[in-house]
Amino acid sequence: MTQRSQVLAPLAAVALALLAGAVLIAAVGQSPLEVYGLLVQQALGTGYGVGQTLFKCTPLLFAGLSVALAFRAGLFNVGAEGQMYLGGFAAAMVGAYVPLPMPLLLPLAILAAALAGALWAALAGVLKARFGAHEVINTIMLNFIAYALVAWWGRSLFMPATVRTRGIPEAAHIARLEVLLPWLRGSPANFSLVLGLVLACALGVFLFRTRAGYELRVLGLNPGAAEYAGVRIGRAQVLAFALSGALAGLGGTSFVLGYKHWFEQDFTAGAGFMGIAVALIGRNHPLGVCLSALFFGMLAYGGLVVNQRVPADLVNVLRALVILFAISAYALFERAARSARPKPAAAAPASEASA
Amino acid sequence: MSALGVLLFIAATLRITVPYALAAAGASLGERGGVVCLGLEGFMLNSALAYVLGAWYLHDPWLALACAVLAGLATAGLHALVTVAFRADQITSGIGINLLAAGLTRFVLVTVFHSSSNSPRVPGLPELPLGPVSDIPALGPLLETPLVLIAIVLVPAAAWLVFRTPFGLRLRATGELPAASAALGLSVGGLRTAGVLLCGALAGLAGAWLASEQHCFTDGMTGGRGYIAIAAMIVGKWHPAGAAAACLLFGATEAAQIALQGSSFPSALLQALPYAVTMLALAGFIGRATPPRALGTPYDPEGA
Amino acid sequence: MSAPIVSMRDVTRRFGPVVANDRVSLELRAGEVHALVGENGAGKSTLMKVLYGLHPPHAGTIEVDGSAVHIDSPAAAMKLGLGMVHQHFLLVDTLTVAENVVLGLERRPLIGNFSPADAERAVAELSRRYLRVDPQAHVSELSVGEQQRVEILKVLYRGARVLILDEPTAVLTPQEVDELFGVLRSLRDHGTSIVLITHKLAEVKALADRVTVMRGGRVVGGGLASEMSVEAMAELMVGRVPAPLGARASRAPGVRVLEAIDLRAADARGLPAVVDVSLGVRGGEIVGLAGVEGNGQHELVECLAGLRTATAGRVRIAGIDVTGQGARTHSEAGLAHIPADRLKRGLVAELTSAENLVLGRQREAAHGPWLGGPALEARARGPLAEYDVRPPDPRARAGRLSGGNQQKLVVARELGRAAAAGFKGEARRPACALIAAHPTRGVDLGAIDAIHRRLLAARDAGLGILLVSSELSEILALSDRILVLTAGRIVHETSPAATDERALGLWMTGRATFIDTPLEPSRASGAPRRGSTPDPGPRA
Repeated sequence: MTQRSQVLAPLAAVALALLAGAVLIAAVGQSPLEVYGLLVQQALGTGYGVGQTLFKCTPLLFAGLSVALAFRAGLFNVGAEGQMYLGGFAAAMVGAYVPLPMPLLLPLAILAAALAGALWAALAGVLKARFGAHEVINTIMLNFIAYALVAWWGRSLFMPATVRTRGIPEAAHIARLEVLLPWLRGSPANFSLVLGLVLACALGVFLFRTRAGYELRVLGLNPGAAEYAGVRIGRAQVLAFALSGALAGLGGTSFVLGYKHWFEQDFTAGAGFMGIAVALIGRNHPLGVCLSALFFGMLAYGGLVVNQRVPADLVNVLRALVILFAISAYALFERAARSARPKPAAAAPASEASA
Repeated sequence: MSALGVLLFIAATLRITVPYALAAAGASLGERGGVVCLGLEGFMLNSALAYVLGAWYLHDPWLALACAVLAGLATAGLHALVTVAFRADQITSGIGINLLAAGLTRFVLVTVFHSSSNSPRVPGLPELPLGPVSDIPALGPLLETPLVLIAIVLVPAAAWLVFRTPFGLRLRATGELPAASAALGLSVGGLRTAGVLLCGALAGLAGAWLASEQHCFTDGMTGGRGYIAIAAMIVGKWHPAGAAAACLLFGATEAAQIALQGSSFPSALLQALPYAVTMLALAGFIGRATPPRALGTPYDPEGA
Repeated sequence: MSAPIVSMRDVTRRFGPVVANDRVSLELRAGEVHALVGENGAGKSTLMKVLYGLHPPHAGTIEVDGSAVHIDSPAAAMKLGLGMVHQHFLLVDTLTVAENVVLGLERRPLIGNFSPADAERAVAELSRRYLRVDPQAHVSELSVGEQQRVEILKVLYRGARVLILDEPTAVLTPQEVDELFGVLRSLRDHGTSIVLITHKLAEVKALADRVTVMRGGRVVGGGLASEMSVEAMAELMVGRVPAPLGARASRAPGVRVLEAIDLRAADARGLPAVVDVSLGVRGGEIVGLAGVEGNGQHELVECLAGLRTATAGRVRIAGIDVTGQGARTHSEAGLAHIPADRLKRGLVAELTSAENLVLGRQREAAHGPWLGGPALEARARGPLAEYDVRPPDPRARAGRLSGGNQQKLVVARELGRAAAAGFKGEARRPACALIAAHPTRGVDLGAIDAIHRRLLAARDAGLGILLVSSELSEILALSDRILVLTAGRIVHETSPAATDERALGLWMTGRATFIDTPLEPSRASGAPRRGSTPDPGPRA
């Protein structure tokens, strides 16, 4: 694809999805313009709205980076949801039950989130590397198992008559962004967003300026060439999954350490799956993922706001439509680019003569 | 457990296996043509809702069944459009379709029934009294359930279609080496689409069964069965009958899950059981299988 | 003198800015074998693909049986009686021979009962009359020669009067070539017309009635095969008389840099592909490994390069035992590798030329954990210019380069490892051994020459090279020693001075006991098939 179509295709996909969403809005008897207008105005028009948008954007950023990293390695991490869930749970457990003072407790809780996500994803990675098992189905199964596990632990760990865990002491709180930016007053946006942005930069550097990142990209683009280049495929896949899972796990810290200061059942609310759309629109590039996460964050918050007029699930529908339109657009743009180009002389395939 | 108890368990297993078997057989048809059918979950979910909507508005469970099949066809049609016509990535399309179904069904649930968790009660498919059959202990009532009968007929029919008809021959050839079919003047896109649509139709029946048994639609009621059916298809080596047989394992797991509910067995672990079994199955403890060679590769007539 | 069955006039076909066929005219008569001859990229395959309906012509007319036709698909071509036997067989492994033949023309209702037995019955008559293949066999069980016969059956079943064969002998042993030619002669005598696309001029002389020579998309000559000499055809094909490589400097070879000891390996299906192979390459020598594709070269090379685990035996590089280790260990021990399939192994199409130049050397090129950026691009300019890779832009995506330039890129990279100076300019231990697998496949003539010269220069500088190729001319031109690999075993060792293409060809079939029996299933044909080990016969 040309440079221009790299940006054009995702925009086209988003536009088409919004159009389809407009049809749905009209179908329930509302005016699409009004609804979309309200959505944008609430999400970006006030300081509080921007803050909420940023808050919603944070887990999407982590999930998007997670899925993008996996995609770059040729792997599909559909388990970001479960990894984020377990990451949040681990952070809450460490935060609430480990008796350590401030400078130590917070980093430890954050580390726990990353570790939990990493281990949960690595499980799928090992199954793939060792048995060649389908990582898509396995990560989805692990999502279900994660929910079940937490529900089981929750029976003894949740506060009575609630679905949340014990409150986390101040020592493990992530400060709200409004501390630095007072016009975001009242919103739950917090410094985990900064962590996310830092990680996005780090991912960019990793992918394009390090040897390990180079090997990961080669693995995703051409596994045969990766093997030729000396990459140990199985190990690389597990590592890629672990890193991906760590990023997803960290996505849980925004809610658990920066907002409610406890773990709550179903707190992820589909952020892990939204991460797939974020990564696709962001073309698996850290910068693209940041912008894409912002857009989807806006949609997510806006969807809550227009809830009286249109069910909030509109946003989930848009998410899915974006995925479908995006892959369609990419495929079509790719075909258009290929037929415009002259075919270079193809290499003959290797020894097997039967096709 | 008494003999009757065993029979009851077997009957329950067979009953629960029906949606899995239909879905898995359907998936094997689609995948034999070379298209990954991970959207199975979404096909089933949309069909379940369509059944409930059909039963609610048309007051006839058989028409509702038809609605479910149509919904399955429509959803599968979308998958075919994206993967065959546009040649986009098949796995991502499947995931996208599942997410679309999840969001769309909830959207409709809230809009039409004003609830975010379940629809009101609707009639299920009626039993078909077959006289003396109903006297067979435990298994009798099973055979009188229409969708069980349909499954008993359709699964072998699917196997016959794949292995004993020219259509099946062409479908299999397309799934192994689309270029071979194309060079002989066959339509790769047409064959693949046919396979996917058949998958949608069978998934439609599976979704209808789920809704009919529960007599309502609940949010997310497929609960991962579509993915489990895919796993069964892999274990069954992409053979419609083998896939359906593999589904018995998962049906038995779910039946055990229901039977053990309320006992001292930790409920959450029970909940996780079908998914854990699926992962074990995929890890190859139940034999390795080779997929159709062109599975997952979009067919490009211009390419090598 | 028969009227033309097929007449193509002024046919033009473009791919973007490249004119693959430039006002090409061709006449095909009934009952003749017409050879269409030219180098890679001359346009002969394209012309036949236009005839077969795979590519519409941008200009020109096609007539079949005297009336103008518009062929827009293979189905249309087949209806007109045209049949194509592709270079890379389009056979479905999991189906039987009969099922492959009748696919698409089952003569039954689409949703009607149709068993494998029905397919066999449809094919039995044809098979009995023309060719000897077991209709019940699964394609996966057949030898290459037999598979080709199934392709021909497919075409005959559909009533083809014109057979187009695209490089049919590329994958056959000389024995199988003789069998094929027998079949083609018999078909010709029954009135079928045959177009033989090839660049092997000896075959043209052996089989063809008339010849058409193409170069650069145009017809540059033709006539009766009996009246044209091989040299004349070669000159037309190439446009000049190819210069000989010149006398080689003789050189005393050094220590063993690459060794295989009693190596055994299995192919993708678990059948034995490499059986008790022992060989050694010394520094400063080129060892040529001759053999028809499918006789174990692929598996042998992969074992030597660390891309496949041998089932028995040892591999040593520069004396270090690297058996069972991955590609990285082999590489660090001093092995460079030009892979047989550059798109599958040797390059990443989406990455830039600069990034591809460090594929396999990324650890060496990295500064600690860091790799990439402007430093990488700067480093790439030298090799790209030196090896005349076009375009010499380090940021060009490798997938956009032509096949020849891609191969030059790979050669630049691998031969660069033999240089004494490393990435950062400091001295380091250079690669001492190179495996060059089909190094000039799909490459145009000018580039082939350049690559050959580079290989010889590297050899003179002390590199030990294992050259694997199915082009006997290449093996004879470059090697100091020649080994023949047949059915997984080394069956013969010789030197270029002591042998020629004909003799090597015979060794490549293992001088097996071939008896011309009618209508026997594959086992008796004697053609080496994957996994079988025919009697190698008496050694010279």
